[in-house]
Amino acid sequence: MKKNEIRILTPTAMLGYGFPEKWFNKGLEMEPDVIAVDSGSTDSGPHKLGLGDMTCSRDAYYRDISKLLKAVYDQKIPLFISSAAGAGTNEQVDTFLHIIKEISKKNDYHFNIAAIYSEIDKDFVKNKLQNNKIKPCGLVDELTEEEIDLATTIVAQMGVEPYIKILEEKKDIDIIISGRTYDPVPIAAMGIKNNFNPGLCWHLGKIMECGALCAEPAGKVIFGILKKDHFKLIPLNPDNKCTESSVAAHTLYEKSHPYILRGPGGVTDLTETTFNQLDERTVKVKGSKFIPDKKYNIKLEGAKKVGFRSIFIAGMRDPIAIKNIDEIINHVKKDVEENFNDIPKADYKMIFHLYGKNGVMGEHEFQKDFIPLELGIILEVLAPEQELSEAICSRARTELLHAPYEGRIATAGNIALPFTPLEINLGHVCSFNVYHLMEIDNPISLFPIKYLEV
Amino acid sequence: MKKNVLLKDVAKVIRSKNAGPFEITLDIILKNKSEYQKLKSSGVINKELIADLYHLPIDKIIHFVYFDAANAIKITIPRPRPQGSVGEIDMHAAQQHVPLMNILIR
Repeated sequence: MKKNEIRILTPTAMLGYGFPEKWFNKGLEMEPDVIAVDSGSTDSGPHKLGLGDMTCSRDAYYRDISKLLKAVYDQKIPLFISSAAGAGTNEQVDTFLHIIKEISKKNDYHFNIAAIYSEIDKDFVKNKLQNNKIKPCGLVDELTEEEIDLATTIVAQMGVEPYIKILEEKKDIDIIISGRTYDPVPIAAMGIKNNFNPGLCWHLGKIMECGALCAEPAGKVIFGILKKDHFKLIPLNPDNKCTESSVAAHTLYEKSHPYILRGPGGVTDLTETTFNQLDERTVKVKGSKFIPDKKYNIKLEGAKKVGFRSIFIAGMRDPIAIKNIDEIINHVKKDVEENFNDIPKADYKMIFHLYGKNGVMGEHEFQKDFIPLELGIILEVLAPEQELSEAICSRARTELLHAPYEGRIATAGNIALPFTPLEINLGHVCSFNVYHLMEIDNPISLFPIKYLEV
Repeated sequence: MKKNVLLKDVAKVIRSKNAGPFEITLDIILKNKSEYQKLKSSGVINKELIADLYHLPIDKIIHFVYFDAANAIKITIPRPRPQGSVGEIDMHAAQQHVPLMNILIR
């Protein structure tokens, strides 16, 4: 059947954060062809890839997926979920499959499911590196074999091709769960499969993957209608409005460049895009173009563990102490170095965060001509083992409490400590170490597909 | 006496955010087309100013782009440290926009 429009319902910017059922149900009444939602991001840090942590709790995913499955089952609307559980590792894809199985068993639902995996074998990546097929994506260092080994897992952001393959192979697919995926893919997939203008498909995907964040005020549930030469955006909560300026402005969000959007296999170019108000709450977008790359690149993501962290949290109110804070901190650092002189200085780090001075902007703080009323002090210690980071943190805390400084009259203690335990162990610290583009020949074969029925 | 006008007086949005783990992107969206055109043609906001405000060599600025469709200027700069690792102070880089607010635009 040749479609002349594709109707897409997106319940939220991030599966697991919850969404209002009232507006979601209103979206269901508008006869969507697909429910599509993204679940991933690198935005909350490297520990998800470094440790396998999920963005939200299993319980939060269970709740959101339960609401979605009811609609999939009752109304036979396909559901596409990308970047399962945050990082989109194979284990996280399987966690989502387990959740779906549990919910289906409980409610006697039956589904045809496809899972797409996105972890990339390290030997494959090393081989590509040796053949000069890997380059940094932005400001990250060049990749090395050592860094590949240090990464806990490496995932690649898949393009739309594995989705298209599934839609071609399995006409009756109910659910697609994919590992790490370029965010717009689940929204763009059905349009691209049906030969709609890929520039419009990608641009629609780029906007809707953030739910109704493109509306004023920002909302959650959004409905998109893709036509041959334009698309329309309608937020489901009647208090949210999509306006020309809110949608155009959203195009900027979280991206390096305002109108050149790089993705797997090509670039979406918004140079000639126009935004037009159709009614008070609906915007029509046209003119977005897709320019395929000559060589297909995918983005690799990986993170490594770099040590263990301990912190303490303290406050300072004495104005004489605050005036002398730099001297006090130097004293503490020197004392710790002397006490731990059996350990090379390069093996650990002590970083003071001074809230009230420059805690939020650090080296970018431009206002310096003031004396704070209070200082919030967090000491961050990084060391190769948790016991050591805790020991250093503890030593620094006692020394900060009693450090001498010029003009000191409060001789009982320099800081106010709110919590026990006084030291807090934060476990592993991770760091993104793979954020590179890899040239590939086949954008499907790298991402294994598994079909199952529940 | 002529009243000083600051960027925050004519902007609807001044924000900062990660653009991936290694970049911070700054968005300035003006209240209307006329303020946008005035600001764009004045050239008050330029790479030199951004380099100065964020203590960066000018060639480290990754993008400095006017986006007419949104009455916006987008500036992308390097993150001072990789996201979410040792010494992080702003995981989402959501509070790094403040130096822009009080730019004297006329």
